[in-house]
Amino acid sequence: MNNKIFDLIVIGGGPGGYVAAIRASQLGMSVALVEDKHLGGICLNWGCIPTKALLRASEIKHMLDNVEEFGFSVSNIKMDIKKITQRSRKVASQLSSGISHLLKKNKVKVFEGFAKIDKNSDQSKKIIIKTKDGTITEFAKNIIIATGAKSRNLPFVKSDGINIWDYKTAMIPEHLPSSLVIIGSGAIGMEFASFYNDLGVKVTVIEALPNILPNEDDDISNIVKNSFAKRGIVLKTNSSLKSVNINKDTVTSEIIHNGNSEIINSEKVILAVGIIANTQNLGLENFNIKIDKGHIVTNEYLETAEKGIYAIGDVTGGPWLAHKASHEGILCVEKMAGVSNLSPIDKSSIPGCTYCRPQVASIGLTEKAAKSKSLNIKVGKFPFIGNGKAIALGDSEGIIKTIFNKDTGELIGAHMVGPEVTELIQGFSIAKKLETTEHELMHTIFPHPTLSEGIHESVLDAFNKAIHY
Amino acid sequence: MSINILMPALSPTMEEGTLAKWLVKEGDKVNSGDLIAEIETDKATMEVEAVDEGIIGKLLVLEGQDSIKVNAPIAVLLTDDEKISDINIENFETNEVNTNQVDNKTQSNAENDIPQISNESQIQKITNLEENGQVNAHESTRLFITPLAKRIANQRKINLNSVNGSGPNGRILKKDVENFQPSNIVPITEDKLSSNNFELVKNSSMRKTIAQRLVKSKTEAPHFYLSIDCNIDQLLKARTSINALSNGNYKISVNDMIIKATSASLLKVPKANASWENENTRYFKNTDISVAVAIEGGLITPIVKNVETKGLLQISNDMKILAEKAKEGKLLPEEYVGGSFSISNLGMYGIKEFAAVINPPQGCILAIGSGEQRTVVINNQIEIATMMTVTLSCDHRVVDGAVGAEFLSQFKVFIENPSLLLL
Repeated sequence: MNNKIFDLIVIGGGPGGYVAAIRASQLGMSVALVEDKHLGGICLNWGCIPTKALLRASEIKHMLDNVEEFGFSVSNIKMDIKKITQRSRKVASQLSSGISHLLKKNKVKVFEGFAKIDKNSDQSKKIIIKTKDGTITEFAKNIIIATGAKSRNLPFVKSDGINIWDYKTAMIPEHLPSSLVIIGSGAIGMEFASFYNDLGVKVTVIEALPNILPNEDDDISNIVKNSFAKRGIVLKTNSSLKSVNINKDTVTSEIIHNGNSEIINSEKVILAVGIIANTQNLGLENFNIKIDKGHIVTNEYLETAEKGIYAIGDVTGGPWLAHKASHEGILCVEKMAGVSNLSPIDKSSIPGCTYCRPQVASIGLTEKAAKSKSLNIKVGKFPFIGNGKAIALGDSEGIIKTIFNKDTGELIGAHMVGPEVTELIQGFSIAKKLETTEHELMHTIFPHPTLSEGIHESVLDAFNKAIHY
Repeated sequence: MSINILMPALSPTMEEGTLAKWLVKEGDKVNSGDLIAEIETDKATMEVEAVDEGIIGKLLVLEGQDSIKVNAPIAVLLTDDEKISDINIENFETNEVNTNQVDNKTQSNAENDIPQISNESQIQKITNLEENGQVNAHESTRLFITPLAKRIANQRKINLNSVNGSGPNGRILKKDVENFQPSNIVPITEDKLSSNNFELVKNSSMRKTIAQRLVKSKTEAPHFYLSIDCNIDQLLKARTSINALSNGNYKISVNDMIIKATSASLLKVPKANASWENENTRYFKNTDISVAVAIEGGLITPIVKNVETKGLLQISNDMKILAEKAKEGKLLPEEYVGGSFSISNLGMYGIKEFAAVINPPQGCILAIGSGEQRTVVINNQIEIATMMTVTLSCDHRVVDGAVGAEFLSQFKVFIENPSLLLL
């Protein structure tokens, strides 16, 4: 009989769970982590990281297709989709073993298996772990549920891994399909659209809402829309999917657009219509844990209605992003340890990135959201066509848009589309965290020549002081 | 070794005070006994002396900063060849805990009703209780605030010294300014005033103390009131003849004579010279008479001590000096803390009679009305006499009706026969 009671057991080894476990150990807790499949979670194994490896390949393809502009000529370019996906898998496994090392270094006990929690005493909970070698029982004072989410199916169409792909199968195609229909134009849908289009696949994106990337600012969505359209990606917005039929060699998708039915045939279909939280079979029903729209409800410090049980990351409310999960993990554990001076996550300061071509990155409120809150705003826009570095790179499509509160100078939102904007957005994250006003941003010296100068110009433009525009 | 200069406890009831004025600046050399600051307490403004010598390394609170807890560091004194950079300005959490503990002590003292008079010996000049080198970052003169919070505070005219920062190291964030309760803002913004014709004045520590003590008195002390009319013709006559021979060297007031008569009456009825201390009742053997003096923004009760040993001239001189000091806010704690019995005189305003609130833990307060000519019946004859009505408020826990009545009748005897005061 094992009598050890852990201070904390984390269920799920994704970017929320493993980060929480390491931080807890740093704070002196005895910590165990239970992971069923892969350390690093979806993000590292089947999400953020391997897709970036794929998109790097499609970016190289795009460059090869355009080398003449830079004075080169190449011929006989061959592409091997297997090698592209193999590299992507290698990147993921390299990082996953890195997580294992980090956990070991931080003395986090890792159990490979599926955990279920149950009541034990007032002071502790029971965790029953089904491993491949049998069932183990452990005890912990605190539990963090960091079990993440999985891709959502539609009532009339489910991913089958053959013709109807989810994000996972879309990442490891046996061969390149000739044509693809992608259902959903969020970050995942748009990244796959960009990837497959660059590799030469005929891509159609179906979106029920009026704009692609519906969470982004309208100006940004429109630029991406035009850019995609120029590349030959067919975008069907305001279109609801009515049915999907699998034929011998093709899939037939029927959509309703402006009241008219339209049939689209493609070799494969990717479902990218959001996620559902992994709340099943965890034993949550044994506790007073509330679930709202499929996600676990917590307080601002990630504790559920059941004392001692916490939830972080995708299993809780959105935005469903790895960096939000990691941050929640740290906040939750520090609160548990009684660290002072903590403050809850400000959801208006979580940046979001989409790595399609052109890249999209944003933080804070869109112009529309700011207006709907009746905020008195000033908007600045700067196109990369006015930026020397962007022109030199041969990649000057896109803009940086900044939104300020006219009365206080608060940076309300920043929205970017264009070269490497996913690397630029952190400047705005810091600015927001430090609560800078336009004054500090205007008086910051940005290095020349860089893409980051566009940030400066956009801020200046919001106050009618832009120099290069 | 640097020394923290702490907020002194200038009276036993003092929990916090306002730094009214710095008399030194950073870099000044001070010797033991030099005046370094003026501190406004719940009762008065007092000067504070340096205990040690050294260089003022850092002033930790701003002039005008209020609600500084007793024993919170207010300045850092550098000794020997230290520099300000040698001081370890961190660990403010630990320090805050210290302050809180001191706080609690002060509070529990107050709650236990330990009599003021016995606490006089505890009155402190500046002392360096701890030499831990810790400085409360919160009270440092450098203000940690984000640019956005600063701008919003400026726009809303929020006094940043009153805002608590919730960010790292107490940095003031936007939400701290936005959540700041405007009821604490003084003065309130003009646009708010325009529609309502009033002025919001921040309650001084004196007003708050008055409020706290008098509410305590009225809620805890069961008051009852006894009134008596005194014929003061003889007293006025005696006063006139005493003052006629002064050659301008003195001027005895009716009030001085009332103080003396009160003392004499208390000696006759010592049971009225008492204070309530929960477990005990303290019967005073000397007569320290607290006299209410109206001052700017409130009132204070300086004490004419040992009145039984003093003649009218001395009482008059004492009163003059005390009243002056009171009006200038310069009373020392020992000059207003304690007292065995209080007098409040509103006669000069033509108030006929009134009932005063007892000044706890004292057992009685005597309210003096104006001297006025009234028709009185003497030996079946209607005559005109100068009459004065006095009302004694008694704390029934200490002084019963008969004791109060006995005191008043003695008082009447002395007032109507002032020559007895010579005895």
